[in-house]
Amino acid sequence: MERLDLPEADARRLMELGFVPGHRVVFANRSPFGDPRVYQVDGAEVALRRDTALHIVLRAVDAAATDRQR
Amino acid sequence: MSAAGCRDAPTVVADPSKRRLVALVGPPNCGKSTLFNHLTGMRQKVANYPGVTVEKRTGVARLPGGSEVELVDLPGVYSMAPQSEDERISHDVLLGKADGLRRPDGVVIILDSTNLGRHLAAAAPIIGLGMPVLVALNMADDLKQRGGSVDPVELSKRLGAPTALMSARTGEGIEPLVEFLEGSLGLPAPVELPVIQDVPQCRAWASEIGARAGYRAPAPPIWTRRFDRVFLHPVAGPLIFMAVVVAVFQTIFTAAVPLMDAVQEAVAISGGWIEQTMPESMLRSLLIEGVWGGVGSVVVFLPQILLLFLFIGVLEDSGYLARAALIADRTMARAGLQGKSFIPLLSAYACAVPAILAARTIENQRDRTATILIAPFMTCSARLPVYTLIIAAFIPERPVLGQVMGTRAATMIGLYVLGFVAALATAKLLKSSILKSRGTPFMLELPPYRLPTLRGLGLRLLDRAKVFLRRAGTIILGTTVVLWMLASVPLQDGAPPPIEDSFAGVLGRTIEPLVEPLGFNWKIGIGLITSLAAREVIVGTLGTIYGMEDDEESLQAALQRDLSFGGAVALLVFFAFAMQCMSTVAVVRRETAGWKWPALQFAYMTSVAWICAFLAKQLLPG
Repeated sequence: MERLDLPEADARRLMELGFVPGHRVVFANRSPFGDPRVYQVDGAEVALRRDTALHIVLRAVDAAATDRQR
Repeated sequence: MSAAGCRDAPTVVADPSKRRLVALVGPPNCGKSTLFNHLTGMRQKVANYPGVTVEKRTGVARLPGGSEVELVDLPGVYSMAPQSEDERISHDVLLGKADGLRRPDGVVIILDSTNLGRHLAAAAPIIGLGMPVLVALNMADDLKQRGGSVDPVELSKRLGAPTALMSARTGEGIEPLVEFLEGSLGLPAPVELPVIQDVPQCRAWASEIGARAGYRAPAPPIWTRRFDRVFLHPVAGPLIFMAVVVAVFQTIFTAAVPLMDAVQEAVAISGGWIEQTMPESMLRSLLIEGVWGGVGSVVVFLPQILLLFLFIGVLEDSGYLARAALIADRTMARAGLQGKSFIPLLSAYACAVPAILAARTIENQRDRTATILIAPFMTCSARLPVYTLIIAAFIPERPVLGQVMGTRAATMIGLYVLGFVAALATAKLLKSSILKSRGTPFMLELPPYRLPTLRGLGLRLLDRAKVFLRRAGTIILGTTVVLWMLASVPLQDGAPPPIEDSFAGVLGRTIEPLVEPLGFNWKIGIGLITSLAAREVIVGTLGTIYGMEDDEESLQAALQRDLSFGGAVALLVFFAFAMQCMSTVAVVRRETAGWKWPALQFAYMTSVAWICAFLAKQLLPG
């Protein structure tokens, strides 16, 4: 994960949930209707809506663990 | 019930002011409440902090040595940066700045040991306060089972504070915690802590400390993954979701019946006994018609309400509720609501008051107001007695889905859906007009699935039973006694008048033109007025009024005589929509700081209720 393009308060919450730059984000699951999706990050599973996830800038590590990028 | 032999210890009645006060803090999902329940058992008290509406949970733990410690369970917080009201309270309590509570003598930080990296980062700022502190590494059984490990002694050195690798569910490894509570509450040794406002730095510090203490993160919870593949499956997921809902309501309707019959029987027998032993008098009439007829007809619903809360408890404690939130999110999004509104709305199924308080966690002011305004549409447990009474009297029981569900459970589900749809439609209306806003993002942590404990469920039910019986003993008793008096005066020739000529009867007949188009007579009109105090009061009111008219006839039979089918449906619809609850009005006024919103809300909900009930009455036969 590289950075969060979100207002400070939102970014802070995400960081507290484990979305800290440098951490690995792995797509884990999707909800029945496709959105929100569940991500595995820092030992926890967190569900985010697509519009939030789009503001998390990722860098691909390897094909299997890559998720959608901006 | 294995609280480390606490109960066998001799009880020392200590001066409460000399008791130590210890705060329990920790991030959400760390098992803090389980530990609190484990330590305090039934010696708990729930109140509010003065001036704000965050719940204050305190309790007394009796320790094996015979001493007692007062514990305060602080709201679950991710950080000490006070962003929401909950966090501000935790922050203020720990600094001794909160009103109504002195500064704690010590702190127990509870962390989930299966997720230590992230949770240690949350602990750093609290350790940094320099108070006597113990770090409880909870869920040690889970950690071990999934192949993780940590050296608590080494970690203790790194943190400068004692640690306990323990399980709040089983009580295993709790001894260092008990020692800490009994002991001298030593100050933490000075250690280097990160800058507390900087999350990435805290997290890096936590990784380093964890690594030095030999922390090996456990394997991902395999079973949770497997369950989620089923519960979040595009086809199976929603089907299971619906099956769960159907099962819950069907059980509430069928399994509760023998228990409700038993309570009914007990009320009838004790009432008959009073009737036989007491001489004929006004007091006897008050007891039998007012108290037994009124309160008794409400208390009958206790088993049903407890059963509902048992299900909610199982769903919440097992972790399924978070998945349900995920499944429901798309629907919420369509109404312009964000995920954070889901939890308050869900707790509104129990009661709108705590739901409105829970809306405090929504930082966006407009989203919060919208959530507060729609919460009372959700079917709270006070509607359950009204629904059950009417449904049992007017809906014949026939199977709908083979043997799975009957017409009565289906009607009940329909009413729940009706409330939910009304809430969403209102949200859509508000969010596209006066409360437009850019939402804050939806973030929901999915906890691993866990088996609920009997103890946790038991304490929940006990709590709900207390709340329900307290209402029965105060609001419901009060209104039924007042109603009985209004129905017994003015005396005619020293005897109570026919009920139509009593003050209550006159009042009822005055408002009759307002409710007559809905198919209600003046007696139900009085019930609508008294139910403003609390919805279930209408059951007690009708119990009293019909009891005064005719002792023999059951309430159900009397209603079948007085209401047409269309009128019965109108009554159900009215209760689904109307804001018949003064506590809710009061709490909305306090939360929105003024009369504007509660007045608007009350007028809106009552109009919707009246119009929809009118349509139901006019469109249905009979």
